[in-house]
Amino acid sequence: MRALFFRDLALALRAGGGFGLGLAFFLIVVVLVPFSVGPQSALLTEIAPGVLWLGALLACLLSLDRLLAVDWEDGALDLLATSPLPLEGIVAVKAAAHWVTTGLPLVLAAPVLGVLLNLAPSGYGVLVLSLALGTPALSMIGAFGAALTVGIKRGGLLLSLLVLPLYVPTLIFGAEAARRAAQGLDPATPLFLLAGITLAVLAAMPFAAGAVLRVNLR
Amino acid sequence: MPDLGKYADAVLSAYAVSILLLVGIVVLTLWRGRQARAEMDAVERRSGRNG
Amino acid sequence: MSLWEYANPVKFLRLSERVQPWLWAGAAICLGVGLVWGFFFTPDDFRQGSTVKIIYLHVPSALMAINAWFMMLVASLIWIVRRHHVSALAAKAAAPVGIVMTLIALFTGAIWGQPMWGTWWAWDPRLTSFLILFLFYLGYVALWEAIEDPDTAADLTAILCLVGTVFAVLSRYAVLFWNQGLHQGASLSLDKEENVADVFYFPLLVCIGGFVLLFLALVLYRTGTEIRLRRTRALMARETRSATLRAEEA
Repeated sequence: MRALFFRDLALALRAGGGFGLGLAFFLIVVVLVPFSVGPQSALLTEIAPGVLWLGALLACLLSLDRLLAVDWEDGALDLLATSPLPLEGIVAVKAAAHWVTTGLPLVLAAPVLGVLLNLAPSGYGVLVLSLALGTPALSMIGAFGAALTVGIKRGGLLLSLLVLPLYVPTLIFGAEAARRAAQGLDPATPLFLLAGITLAVLAAMPFAAGAVLRVNLR
Repeated sequence: MPDLGKYADAVLSAYAVSILLLVGIVVLTLWRGRQARAEMDAVERRSGRNG
Repeated sequence: MSLWEYANPVKFLRLSERVQPWLWAGAAICLGVGLVWGFFFTPDDFRQGSTVKIIYLHVPSALMAINAWFMMLVASLIWIVRRHHVSALAAKAAAPVGIVMTLIALFTGAIWGQPMWGTWWAWDPRLTSFLILFLFYLGYVALWEAIEDPDTAADLTAILCLVGTVFAVLSRYAVLFWNQGLHQGASLSLDKEENVADVFYFPLLVCIGGFVLLFLALVLYRTGTEIRLRRTRALMARETRSATLRAEEA
């Protein structure tokens, strides 16, 4: 299990695995926002938490279609399936590797990009916290979507269509927490709910994703 | 025709859109069903002939 | 004699063919009577004017949009547990009907909202939830269309339906948390006296009955279509197989 985790990490870090790509995408989205809505700093301050959350979510989505497809194409997934590791565990490990290579950098980069969007000073801590709590769920849900579409050629677009509605609760609570904090309100309630959703997703989603993968490998 | 007052446009367009959509799905369903039935009959006749 | 007998496609088709004329006729009568009654013979509401007549389309379609998803959920569960093909195909058959119902609910809602709330669209919890439901329907249908092998498609969409249901409910409450809205509460419940007056209530019930019957008729018919398509596919596969066998013998 640990070997698989480090293998995935190494693969993602080495060649075109999308490491850094998601980060660059996040940066570009954030840079484009002032061009589209105008440079007024008051307006930017107001929308900053939502834009940062949306940007992080889209950046997370970007590398999902490679999450399982690479191993599917070269047959590594069939090999993994015959290993003693349960498929549920494989999917969970792969989602974890995805989070470390995409989610974690996004969390760390968010405050820097917050400066660009003139985020209110009170919002930084909770923004990072909410992203740290929410992005694992995004990776795990994404792994489920990737497992659903793994056998489909050019499944990338379908993957987004399937995964984005599933992101709605996470996005709502995450962005709400960041917004409340930026406005100086108490963000505890949405944060708790966000954490609850993430925990539930981490606990239950590997089983759904494993079942889906088993069907696809049949 | 009842007097719909100033909201006539809203009411009529709501009815028009809904009935259009309902008729649309019914026609589409029947058309596809007929097609599928004809296709199956053709294949069944062929396989019946060939044994 | 048990209910599961109708999991046999031939028996299912025979029964569905026998019931269908009644369903179509019932749907036509109920919708005809209900809509004409509602449209021509009910008074205007003292606050909403004639726009209240939209209720005869809006409420039944919204109800059916949710019930269609619920039916898909039950059918998917039956498919996962008992592996009856008819069940999987019924779920597939219901999805486009559900999409149409959701669209009707959204359109009539927007048309109704314009004069009443002064806006076509508001990010109100009910409206938003329906939009999300619509997205779920789209994803479900797209997944069915994308997968070649019918059994794989049935399995994957069934799991998507289960997961989607959980997230649809979650989204419903998340959206409620996110914004309290303009939309009134449920217009129908057991203690109806509090909600809609009798003049509107009875034609509305007839319309709901019409929508339910129409939905059932459509789903039965479409399931029959799917069964036939699958049989055609199987027969054609057998044809090519025997053709290659003959070619190899020669």
